[in-house]
Amino acid sequence: MVKKTQNDSPATAWYVASFESFAKSLNGESASFAHDLRKSAIAEFEKLGFPTTRDEEWKYTDVSPIAKLKFTPVVSHKVNGVTAKDIEPFTLDNLSCHRVVFVNGHFSKELSQIGSLPAGVRICSLAEAVRNNDEQVKKHLARHVEAGANAFIALGTAFLYDGLYMAVPKNIVLDLPVHLVFLSSGLETEFAVFPRNLIVVDDNSQCAIIESHVSLKNNVYFTNAIAEVVLGSNAIVEYDKLQLESERAFHISNLSVSQDRSSSFTSNAISLGGSLVRNNVLVVLGGEGAEATLNGLYLGTGKQHIDNHTTIDHARPHCPSHELYKGILSGKSKGVFNGKIKVRQEAQKTDAKQTNKNLILSDEASVDTKPQLEIFANDVKCTHGATIGQLDEEAIFYLRSRGVGIENARDMLIYAFASDVIDRIKVEPLRELLHEMIHDRLEKGRQGS
Amino acid sequence: MLQIINLHASVNDREILRGINLTINKGEVHAIMGPNGSGKSTLAQVLAGRESYTVTDGQVMYNGKDLLDMDPEERAREGVFMAFQYPVEIPGITNTYFLKAGLNAIRKHRGLEELDAIEFLKLVKDRAKIVEMDETLLSRPVNHGFSGGEKKRNEIFQMSILEPSLAILDETDSGLDIDALRTVSNGINKLRNNENAVLLVTHYQRLLNYIVPDFVHVLVDGRIVKSGAKELALQLEEQGYDWVRDEQPAVGA
Repeated sequence: MVKKTQNDSPATAWYVASFESFAKSLNGESASFAHDLRKSAIAEFEKLGFPTTRDEEWKYTDVSPIAKLKFTPVVSHKVNGVTAKDIEPFTLDNLSCHRVVFVNGHFSKELSQIGSLPAGVRICSLAEAVRNNDEQVKKHLARHVEAGANAFIALGTAFLYDGLYMAVPKNIVLDLPVHLVFLSSGLETEFAVFPRNLIVVDDNSQCAIIESHVSLKNNVYFTNAIAEVVLGSNAIVEYDKLQLESERAFHISNLSVSQDRSSSFTSNAISLGGSLVRNNVLVVLGGEGAEATLNGLYLGTGKQHIDNHTTIDHARPHCPSHELYKGILSGKSKGVFNGKIKVRQEAQKTDAKQTNKNLILSDEASVDTKPQLEIFANDVKCTHGATIGQLDEEAIFYLRSRGVGIENARDMLIYAFASDVIDRIKVEPLRELLHEMIHDRLEKGRQGS
Repeated sequence: MLQIINLHASVNDREILRGINLTINKGEVHAIMGPNGSGKSTLAQVLAGRESYTVTDGQVMYNGKDLLDMDPEERAREGVFMAFQYPVEIPGITNTYFLKAGLNAIRKHRGLEELDAIEFLKLVKDRAKIVEMDETLLSRPVNHGFSGGEKKRNEIFQMSILEPSLAILDETDSGLDIDALRTVSNGINKLRNNENAVLLVTHYQRLLNYIVPDFVHVLVDGRIVKSGAKELALQLEEQGYDWVRDEQPAVGA
């Protein structure tokens, strides 16, 4: 059977060939359980090929710029001269977090600072955990994403090697957040990195994770990130993501979350960088009373394209979900929001609320927003709303009438719009860092205009 | 302080102000009264600088400067303040944050030192007492979720912080119960002095029991048709606006 895809395209062939040399470089590690996952994933990728805009899920996001470039997967660890000073602007205070740094997708022991941890808690490199044949990793890795779901999950799984492995056993509250810094140092060739995170938080435990993607140079590269987060019953996890890739970078991410009974998961996804960005979030509410909160903020300038696709799968009864995504788009930037809420037949008493608000600051900026409800239960509450608008002229006049200058008035309103999401982040130093970043961004925008 | 000379203004090509003449001196309180749709609020808005109105003719001089030539923020910095008939709700910006920005912009314009957070807080606490403003409202987003009365009180509170030379109060009395009206009026009276002036725009005479005007002007169809002392307001209250409507424009035309 011939399926009409790009499977025989040069792009697919390039990654299949790259996979072969990657597999060779693994030497003895190619006998591990992880390699079986890789092999079936590359076969899956070969079958799927990169999606096109004819594919409903990718209608508004054309990934052909990624397919056209030959990105070389970074298969070995190179610190590439990166020092602690280089990462300082992107990091939180040492005392306020455990810092785990990855340079071009690979764990850097030198740059990481992991403080003392409660007994049984593991925070380490995924590559190391795979080498040690960790039972938990075996049990969960690639079990919460489906390689066949999309080409990028398949590709990311084919090249899976390093990232964070974190395990929190039962009844532990981690006081400090774990800050993951994925840094692109800028290599000569156009390169691809495949960060892979696996986080397993057992019953009654609590932690916060921050995933940052940052870049030292303004060059072209491709980040294809996958994270799997597993919550036991009553577990509480905050997962904050700060995407600050280079202006010329491509960033595709897939976050998959599996929640057990009465657990609570919150994600705050902030997208500031990248030229072409697509974030997929999938949350499966797989236990009664589990609660999910997905917040997002995307700021587009220039020709940036930022796409957020979320899916909340209400699989069990009595699960509330809350979603708030806000976009601020200027220049010729484009935003996409697609929020799917799936309520299965047995998921009675579902309470799902979804809101997407967009602020369009220029004539050439645009946004496509789409709620998607698939409801198979009858006793549920699902609300959704989307707005696309400009700054409120009434509010600007009000501020000006009190002496505030017009530029300052506009900035105040934009800042307030963004703060609505930022203030939902519970990790205080991250909140402060973001307030500063938004402030700087507005100032820079003003100088640029 | 303020000279309005033959002011014409329109919105969407519809002429609303049709030749207003009015002079306000320091220390005076003027009341503008008139039926609905007479142009009272338009006059207030034009003076504050709202851009949706187009001035088609006439002049407004403020302390010897051309007021119509100034941006809204410039007018505020020069000492013009308008209390909004419908104060705008601004989620996400706290009352004190925006007011500090406004006050410091005004102070800077006047060559005064900007206030730091502590000095500002002291001022805020002091002035909140004048209008008996609930202090918890200060740290809440501007007018967001405020009751009608709280919004009006907030306008006068802002006025007390910014200390304008010319305060234009656009139907500040509407929607207030009698207790709120009394506190708001008391607040305004406490802020009055020989150096500033107040322009009250109102539909009802009620407010003028508390803030006694030096002059009352009746606005009908975009023109001031009658001016007089405070007694005129009482006469309007008793007899309505019809009898003045029949009188021909008293001034200007």
